[in-house]
Amino acid sequence: MNISEILFWFLSALAIGSALMMISSKNPVYSVLWLIIVFFAISGHYILLNAQFLAIVNIIVYAGAIMVLFLFVIMLMNLNAETEPRKNRWLKWAGTIAGGSLLLVLVAALRQVEQSGADKAVGEGNAGLIQNLGMVLFKDYVLPFEISSILFLSAMVGAVVIGKKGD
Amino acid sequence: MPIHYYIVLALALFSIGVTGVLTRRNAIIIFMCVELMLNAVNLLLVAFSKMHAAKLAAFDMAGNVGAEAQIFVFFIMVVAAAEVSVGLAIIVMMYRNIHSVDVNFLNRLKH
Repeated sequence: MNISEILFWFLSALAIGSALMMISSKNPVYSVLWLIIVFFAISGHYILLNAQFLAIVNIIVYAGAIMVLFLFVIMLMNLNAETEPRKNRWLKWAGTIAGGSLLLVLVAALRQVEQSGADKAVGEGNAGLIQNLGMVLFKDYVLPFEISSILFLSAMVGAVVIGKKGD
Repeated sequence: MPIHYYIVLALALFSIGVTGVLTRRNAIIIFMCVELMLNAVNLLLVAFSKMHAAKLAAFDMAGNVGAEAQIFVFFIMVVAAAEVSVGLAIIVMMYRNIHSVDVNFLNRLKH
């Protein structure tokens, strides 16, 4: 077991454990903090797969911007554990069983195709480096890149219009 | 690592997200679970983009096999960022109207 396998198992356990803590913690602020740990673990997976640009973008965009936005909204609303709505116990168990069954069915369905066993995701290849991704992005995918700026503009206008104090 | 480890990991994260959406009633946490599901899919896409990298890198001199998949992940992140801004604005408006973020109060379409 070399160092990348140890890192793989460590990051996987970190991601799944933090995700479980995220959905089970009462305080929404703790949920946000656990979700940030999940995002860091996923960024570690990207680095192991030699997708360094996506790892950095994941940290900057998700852990840096989106989660801070969530924290701002939670602190703006002053939510804490007492304002957590009352949950039906049986509904919680039903949801857990449904999610576990979904995982079971998907894994069982994919067991049949795992027979080859030769397909490995390796941390080789230069596709994840910022130079190659930039060349592909600005040569072949420049039109979707520009359209996404229009998407951002419309999202910005929509957020301002929705968040404006109505009368 | 074999590709099915990544498949199982991404499926586990996705299922945890589905479980969170089904069990929690706080709208913000439901929204965060949706983000978790998006990230599980992103992780699987990156793993698939690296699946044939070792075999195909010998033929492609530029060495950017699988760059399209990572561009795809990049655009998923772009759309998720736009979605979060609009969704949080909707949650803030909902909190302003009904003074709660419990999704069970949003049942006016039922009656």
